[in-house]
Amino acid sequence: MAIGVAVGLMSVPAAAGDFIIMQSTTSTQNSGLLDAILPLFTAKTRTEVRVVAVGTGQAIKNAANCDGDVLLVHAKDDEEAFVAEGGGVKRFDVMYNDFVIVGPQRDPAKIAGRDVERALRMIAEAEAPFASRGDESGTHKKERALWRDAGVDPVAASGAWYRETGSGMGATINIAVGMDAYTLADRATWIAHENKAGLRVLVEGDDRLFNQYGVILVSPERCPSVKAERGQAFIDWLLGEGQAAIAAYRVGGQQLFFPNAAGSM
Amino acid sequence: MHDLTNAFAETFGLLVSLDADLLEIVGLSLWVSGLAVLIAGLIGVPLGALVAIARFPGRWAIVVLLNAMMGLPPVVVGLAVYLLLSRAGPLGPLGILYTPTAMVIAQAILVLPIVAALSRQTIEDMKLEYEDQLRVFGMGPRGMVSTLIWDARYSLMTALLAGFGRAVAEVGAVIIVGGNINHVTRVMTTTIALETSKGNLAFAMALGLVLVTIVTAVNALVFSLRHTATRSAYA
Repeated sequence: MAIGVAVGLMSVPAAAGDFIIMQSTTSTQNSGLLDAILPLFTAKTRTEVRVVAVGTGQAIKNAANCDGDVLLVHAKDDEEAFVAEGGGVKRFDVMYNDFVIVGPQRDPAKIAGRDVERALRMIAEAEAPFASRGDESGTHKKERALWRDAGVDPVAASGAWYRETGSGMGATINIAVGMDAYTLADRATWIAHENKAGLRVLVEGDDRLFNQYGVILVSPERCPSVKAERGQAFIDWLLGEGQAAIAAYRVGGQQLFFPNAAGSM
Repeated sequence: MHDLTNAFAETFGLLVSLDADLLEIVGLSLWVSGLAVLIAGLIGVPLGALVAIARFPGRWAIVVLLNAMMGLPPVVVGLAVYLLLSRAGPLGPLGILYTPTAMVIAQAILVLPIVAALSRQTIEDMKLEYEDQLRVFGMGPRGMVSTLIWDARYSLMTALLAGFGRAVAEVGAVIIVGGNINHVTRVMTTTIALETSKGNLAFAMALGLVLVTIVTAVNALVFSLRHTATRSAYA
């Protein structure tokens, strides 16, 4: 009986109209990009896009469980693996920006202006605090690849100068602020982040700091619950008209994401 | 310090302006947690009463288990409910992941042991006091359960409030099963987590103070209802 009552009461007023669920990353949400561009798509197609913003690793995992229609993340190798395994239909480039290494104003490891590999080695040698996402997000995967290229195994120093926060980008920046640490951040989250107290960008502009975002329709064959038509309509919009909306999004006059869908440039 | 002082100013601003987005978020918080407590109460109070008056071998183990489950970590409950409701999970076909319904289910599971364990203790204490009289009236276990629940109704409110406090304050379960989707599953605590991760510390803190204010108001309301009710009962 209790269950009957529960089900009756739980017909919670949900937003009317059709919707798709997009598994995405914290950077696209925390930077304000999605809040800026999604209403344009909704106004045009009357399809609401419900965003679940988690790390790239968790987003791909959720999509693999069929808990979403579209995936918008930034870890190209993992995205291609997801498609190859049959989880997604096809992967498209959407936009890019870059990563930056931010750190304390006084820069104890003296990395300002260095190339990435040199900068990371200097942080390790100085044993200066470095806050790592430590959460299998796209940024975390990128960070590990950069350490590998630099020939440093920071995990050996985990708990000492290498601090794995296990948190989102914004939360990790907050922690870096709190402990005067260096960290790797995507530029969009960094620019839009309100609490930068005492930190600044020290390393940027290196080719290896490129950050590509891709979009994938979750496979309707693998997941019959996927709203393939609406999901594909959203992807088509994102790769077409949406490109201009991405380019137009600015925080404090700065462009955060650069559209680069094939054929749109 | 700067953010703390700003937080108080922003809280005041929020409480005065009552903008539509904030009301929506507050409304959903109260709705989800209120419903979760209602469901937990409908199951937990009779369950607690039953354990209180029943005598069977291994009863102590049930009591210990109920008490221990009060410490269920919200994030674990959230994860378990996610795995159940995920399209890949056994209840996937219902399609209720990332809806308020999923959040109600997770919070009801979280709150149920609190309500049941506190009810069990309350009713057991009362039973010790009145058992002989109830037996004199020739009351069976069924009658005893309903009589004791009725007599303990004001103390049981505290159990429900404890459950409500737990539900409305937790973030670990609702953020996993709700997904913190704007205008759909965004509640007070998930908004606070989001604003913190954006670095809007003063605004996040202000939302926290609004939450505390609302929870205080709910408690004050229940307290005054109870006060009025007991006065008229003994008048």
